[in-house]
Amino acid sequence: MSEAVALRAPAVRREPGKFWIVPPAALLALLFFYPLALIARQAFLDDSGVANAAEIFRVLHSRFFLNALINTVTISVAATAGCLIVGLVLALILAFVPFPGSGFIARLIDTFIALPTFLVTLAFTFLYGSAGMLNTGLMEAFSLPLPPVDFLYSTWGVVLAEVTVYTPFILRPLLAAFSLVDRGQIEAASVLGARPFRIVRQVILPAAIPALVAGGSLCLLLTVNEFGIVLFIGAKGVITLPLLIYGKAIQESAYQVACIIAVVNIALSLGLFGLYRFAAGRLGV
Amino acid sequence: MLVWSRPGRIVLWVMFALIFGVLFLAPLAVILLSSLADQWNGVLPNGLTTEHYADVIRGAAWNSVKASLITGFLASALALVSGAWAALSLRLQGPALKRLLGLLFFIPSAVPSVSVGLGLLVAFSHPPLLLNGTIAIVMIAHFVLISAFTFGNVSAGLARLSPDFDQVASSLGARPAYRLWHVTLPLLAPYLVAAFGLSFALSMGELGATVMVYPPGWVTLPVSIFSLTDRGDIFAGAALTMILVAATLVLLLGLERITKRATGA
Repeated sequence: MSEAVALRAPAVRREPGKFWIVPPAALLALLFFYPLALIARQAFLDDSGVANAAEIFRVLHSRFFLNALINTVTISVAATAGCLIVGLVLALILAFVPFPGSGFIARLIDTFIALPTFLVTLAFTFLYGSAGMLNTGLMEAFSLPLPPVDFLYSTWGVVLAEVTVYTPFILRPLLAAFSLVDRGQIEAASVLGARPFRIVRQVILPAAIPALVAGGSLCLLLTVNEFGIVLFIGAKGVITLPLLIYGKAIQESAYQVACIIAVVNIALSLGLFGLYRFAAGRLGV
Repeated sequence: MLVWSRPGRIVLWVMFALIFGVLFLAPLAVILLSSLADQWNGVLPNGLTTEHYADVIRGAAWNSVKASLITGFLASALALVSGAWAALSLRLQGPALKRLLGLLFFIPSAVPSVSVGLGLLVAFSHPPLLLNGTIAIVMIAHFVLISAFTFGNVSAGLARLSPDFDQVASSLGARPAYRLWHVTLPLLAPYLVAAFGLSFALSMGELGATVMVYPPGWVTLPVSIFSLTDRGDIFAGAALTMILVAATLVLLLGLERITKRATGA
């Protein structure tokens, strides 16, 4: 009796189950892939359905597009480098030179993942803005006529804000990787006279490489797509691809131009997504 | 322990405190302070007041809190159903299709949210599906952006469940629907709650797609905060940001408690 049930069970499971995937897949296709296809269509074809290479060429060679592309790449590469450095330093201290309350601090940094990104920019205006705490403090202390610190409304303001927001994405996989490092190995190296710097380089870093690669490519992806921080900084010179798409579509109602830029932005993001998946899959993070 | 000498450790801890203080603690503290600041002309505010909160609650901002909570709740609920459904039914597919569909369900998380909003505007601005200017298009934008995260969370949870329970139930003669409802879903519950919490938090902070598609009567919290600060009313913006942070944290902590009770930890 039990044998008969056991034999029948796999057959029941295999046959009708295949079609259960259809409803969620159809929903995704209608609400996500169909709009995406329409963006591509609007970018490549004009209203009469003819390919309009001239318009694409004009947009891709325009100054505003090239500036936005350069800004986007500069900001995301610089912010990712910053996240990797800050994340590595913080993770090394949290994992290997712990202090009372370090577990709580690690969780606190983790909750930054759940907070909206523009919060940090808003805080930075109070801290480093022209009427912010740092500038007022310096002006009062040295009786300066003008605010001396003026990086917030530049590329570097955006980079610093993104480092704050995206460091947790590096810290989390790093701490997970460090928890697997054999403490005995570190103590042995230390007893044999290796200096901390050498232990970090030869014992700890090799174990951290997968987490750094996966976290770094995720950071690149997220910073290329970042919108809130750049919008809130509101600096005229700092226009990235997402901001340019918003400006062209909503402020200028130039949907076709917006779609052409969106295709470039999406292609860049999907490339980085592929890199992230490859890295994460290859390295088992 | 990597550094044995006490002075060496203290130097590292001071360095940690500096980085942590400047990058993480100062922004949160300063948002809280500014939401309570009466006037702020010097290094520190001249006085403290709760007036910004009162203004925010009296004014149209209360509507944004409502809009954000309703959008977050509905979009997360829909994403939870569809994400869990997709993850569960993906187990029944062959390996090649499983890989491909798994990747497709993840892709929305990799596309810039502004482009998701642009796509919805282009696709649904004309009949037969005229959604432009409705509340539904905001919900759809949030659903699309968070669905990949719920799918990812639920799939990760499923991968950790031992198939033994399901097989034992099956060998005892439980039919698929019964097994799903009485075995798999209860075991999956903590992951479902966690996925819902993450979706809700993401939806509360979503700006890029919302700013592309929102109709005049449905201004979510982030959009509202942006228009306040853009007008120069940064104290009110800070007060509203604190409300957003508090709502998100209360919700996440509450869900965490539910999960703990459910798993008996």
